Formats: sequence, C-alpha cells, structure tokens
Amino acid sequence: MGSFDLLMQGFESALTPTNLLYACIGVLLGTAVGVLPGIGPAMTLALLLPITYSVEPASALIMFAGIYYGGMYGGSTTSILLNTPGESSSVVTAIEGNKMAKAGRAAQALATAAIGSFVAGTIGTILLVLFAPSVAKQVVKLGNPSNFALMALALFAVTAVLGNSRLRGFIALFFGLAIGLVGTETGQPRLTFGSPLLADGIDIVVVAVAIFAIGEALWVASHLRRRPLDIIPVGQPWMSKSDWGRSWKPWLRGTAFGFPFGALPAGGAELPTFLSYITERKLSKKPEEFGHGAIEGVAGPEAANNASAAGTLVPLLAIGLPTTATAAVMLLAFQSYGIETGPQLFDTQPILVWTLLASLFIGNALLLVLNLPLAPLWAKLLQIPRPYLYAGILFFASLGAYSVNFQWFDLLILLILGLLGLAMRRFGLPVLPLIIGVILGPRMEYQLTQALAISSGDISTLWSEPVAVIVYVIIGAALVFIIGNGIRTFARNNNQEKVAA
Amino acid sequence: MSVVVAYSPDVYGKAALSYGATEASRREEKLIVVNDTKGDAYVDKRLAPEKEIDALRAELSRLDVETEVRQDVVADVAEAVLQVSAESSASLIVVGVRPRSPVGKLLLGSVAQRIILDATCPVLAVKPDGAEGLS
Repeated sequence: MGSFDLLMQGFESALTPTNLLYACIGVLLGTAVGVLPGIGPAMTLALLLPITYSVEPASALIMFAGIYYGGMYGGSTTSILLNTPGESSSVVTAIEGNKMAKAGRAAQALATAAIGSFVAGTIGTILLVLFAPSVAKQVVKLGNPSNFALMALALFAVTAVLGNSRLRGFIALFFGLAIGLVGTETGQPRLTFGSPLLADGIDIVVVAVAIFAIGEALWVASHLRRRPLDIIPVGQPWMSKSDWGRSWKPWLRGTAFGFPFGALPAGGAELPTFLSYITERKLSKKPEEFGHGAIEGVAGPEAANNASAAGTLVPLLAIGLPTTATAAVMLLAFQSYGIETGPQLFDTQPILVWTLLASLFIGNALLLVLNLPLAPLWAKLLQIPRPYLYAGILFFASLGAYSVNFQWFDLLILLILGLLGLAMRRFGLPVLPLIIGVILGPRMEYQLTQALAISSGDISTLWSEPVAVIVYVIIGAALVFIIGNGIRTFARNNNQEKVAA
Repeated sequence: MSVVVAYSPDVYGKAALSYGATEASRREEKLIVVNDTKGDAYVDKRLAPEKEIDALRAELSRLDVETEVRQDVVADVAEAVLQVSAESSASLIVVGVRPRSPVGKLLLGSVAQRIILDATCPVLAVKPDGAEGLS
C-alpha cells in the first residue's frame, strides 16, 4: 500500500467523532497554554501523561499533537499583543508583531500569524508525510553503532548548538544523564543509595512533571508580584489585499527555513525563526518599515516556527529521536503505551502513525477556524491571576506523579527534582538537555551494550559503520568549530585588554 | 489632610475621580489618586496603561490643588488604599462602586466594600451617572 492510501486510512480513523473531539480539546488546550507565558506545550503534555493510562493511544496522541501545534499558534498572540513571547519560538514574532499592534495593526498581525501558521503547518505536514516513511526505511537498516552515534549527535546538538551557554547546556545534560542512570537496569545497582524504592529507576514522567511543572510553579511563586503589562486591545483579525500580497512570500520562505531545521537533530524553532526574520528584512521592498511593524517580519517567523514543529516530528517518528522538549514528552507518551519507538514504528503501528499524521492536518485546519474568531477571547486568558493557575498546575502535577506508581516516594522525588528545576531556572540552565538526557541516556546505553555484545567487546565496532563515521565527523567538525570560535573570542578579548592596558 | 481616590480606568473609577477632584478643590486639600494592582496576572485591566496615567497627570495638574498619582504593586489593593489614606491623614476616601452578581461576589472580593468597612475616615461611594469630566 502506498503512503497515500495509508494516509486516507489515517483520515478515516482520525475523523471518528471521538478522535475529532480529542483533536478539538487538544488544539483549544494547546492554544490556551501557548498564550500563557511560562506554561508551554511541553509542561501541558507532561501533566497530561497520566491520562495515557486510560485513553486509547490514537486518541491521546491526536490530542497531544493538537496541543503541540496549538502551542505554536497561541504563543504568537501573546507576542503580538503583550510584547512577551508566550513561547520561545515566538520571540522573534514579538519584534515586529508588537510594533504592528502598537501602530493599531494588531488585527492584521494576528491574521498573518494565524494564516501563515496554517499554510506552513500544512506544507510542513505534507513534507513530513513524504519524508518520514522513507527516512524510517533507511534508518531501520542501521545497526546499533549507527544508532548510538545518532543519539550522541542529538545530545550534542541539543546541548551545544542551541542555547547561548555551552557550559550551562552540558551541566543540564549531565544532570539528565545522571538521573537516567538511577536503577538496576544493568544488573548492578547504580545511584540507588541502597534504597529498594530507587531500584526501578526514577520514572521519566515524574522527572518531566517535576522539571516542567513544579520547577516553573516555584519559579513563578518566587517572582509573583510584577507590574502587569499593558495589553493592546484587539478585535477580529483580518487582512487587506495588500497584506496578503506582502505575506504569502514570507510564509513560503519561512516554511523553507523552518522544516529542515526542525527535521535536523539540532531542531528547535529559535534558529529558523531568527533566520527567517533576517531574510525578510533583507528582501523587503520596504526595509524602512522594519522596526516599526513590518508585516513580513511577523509572517515569515510565524510560518517558520510552525514548519519546524512539523519538522521535529520527522526524527521523532522516523528515528525515535526527540529534539524539542515537547517532542521528548510525546516520546514518553509512546513509551507509556509500550509502543516501541524508532524506525520500525511505521511497520509495527501503521494505523496509529498514519492516524496521527492525518490528525495533524485536521488539527491545523481546526486551529485556523478557531483562532481567527477567538483571538480576543484568548487575550482574556492573560487576566487570570497566576496563583489560581499555578495552584491548578501543582495539583495536577502531584496527582500525575502519584498516579504513576501510587507510592509516596514519587512525590518526594517530584519535590526534589522540582527544586532542581527551580535552581536551573534561577541559574539559567536550559531544561531541554536535561530532559533529552534522561530519555536518551538509557537508550544510548542499550545501543552501546548491544553493539559491544555483538562484537564481543571489541570497541572498534563503534566506528565500523559508514553512517556512524559520518556522524562522528560531523560532531568532530562542530566541536572544532566551537572550540576554534571560543579561542578566537578569547584571543580577541585578551588583545583588547592589552590594548586597553 | 487629603482626599484619596481609588481609581481604575473605567466608568466607575472615572466617576470616583471626578467627585474626588471636585471635593478636593472644595476642601482645598491634596488629591491623591491610587491605582494599585496585585500584580499577580499578566494583564490587569483595572491598572491604567502608562499612557493614560501620563494623560491623567497632565489633566490633574490643571487643578488648583496639589495632586499625586500612585501606581504600586501591592499584596492587597484595599489595604493599600487604606494605608495611603492613613499616611496622608485623609479626610475623605472616594470609591466607585460597581454592580456585582452573587457569584462574582463569591469568587472575587470587593475592594470598595473593604474600603468602606475598614476606613477610619468618611468614605464617599459614587456611581457613574453619565460621568462628566474633571470640573
């Protein structure tokens, strides 16, 4: 059966009333959490993981996908109206979007963001449908050494390429790897401190909830009272003909930036949105408008962030590699159903995967229909006092962590890791490397032990496959570049000091 | 001595302000406009945007009495208004009262009610009556 038939089958099962309902709940919830700064799709998915115990896999994943896409939409609303990005991927949108809103063009900014997201999301999902199965076919042929190398690349890229401080990134990564080590997976106890309660390891759901929800709630609680921001009132989003004319090219260019960056193991939406912004500023026929609310500067980055959201699903579904926090938590959802993620996913769970892909198209369309008329309502969400919001989050976080194993010990772990999450926010450590480290660490170890078992302990097996060698060369090149850059900056600073002295 | 106005950027706050301004001029006392916020939400529509506050200051400077506009982030708005009144030994507090549904009263406390009950000086509760501007 070709991909098209499978996709049609996916639509068939995604369009059942139940699944459609879950898609609706997902996009509504996703937009809501996207609008609220500090609460993102990753935290929401982590809080909702416990429902995976009682809902069918397809329904839950459809809802999760809706939340993921919805979060990308919602973030732009806050960026534009409040000049505070609701999501890290909407940081660039705030630059021009808020200027537009201040100039009385909030409705147009919201419209170009929503329609651009729809266009980019749809194109991105089509690309995902075209690429993911063929990537999976190639990856499934790879042996353990190559898989090990790919995971190493993902860890390296997420830690070193994203974020501005590599030291902080690696600290977070090693926290994650250390948490992943706890348990007796390998036969001998590691980091269990002699406690039988730690013998099974720390449940990743507890880690995710603690870092995303408890850490954020404590952080907000410690900064509770701040001057509220001046919000710009908005009516129904709409665009004039000239706005359409200025928007459609940036949408397409943004998509072209977003999707490949999302699909690379060094995914994330920050880089492509920024590149898209710079490109639009260069190509614009009215460069003088940039900095004063140019519609191109909203259309491009917003398309880029949605396309990259679709792109990150390529490594997630085709290789089982998460590259964003939200994708990482989605992977946990797969795992909690006992679904083996990785290249074989397309063969072992065809209905589930294709239903999920079909639901992305549906979710995208729903988002457009919901977001254009509901924008003023979403803006009202920002008036909810934070104590109410975070009390609810803490409640669901504790409930979720407790329901994993029904033991008090998990609540203790939740609290300790929550304090770690607070400390990480306090000292500016990125959360993503930690969560990816916790998830990929044990799986990397499995690949390594498999590879070494097959080669009966010969370590040279690790570079016996061409793909593995290529990946190591890429990591090496990136390392050399980063170190070279570091030395150059260091030398320049030294020189400047000498000149100054 | 002073007249303290609990202000919010809506008809109720504006009604309170217009009565407060008239009253301050008549008594020849300082006019203190308090527009505080709890600061626990990302957006508080009872807090006037900075632009409006600047306009308000400009408008108030035309009055013949001394005026002051305060915007602070406080734990409790009613408490803050009472504290400002006590510090400036207010002779009158002016609040705008808004209609509340029973559910609304249950969920959110009433700033006006707490000021009326807890103040140590007379409190003037006003309602918007097609509010006129500053006189």
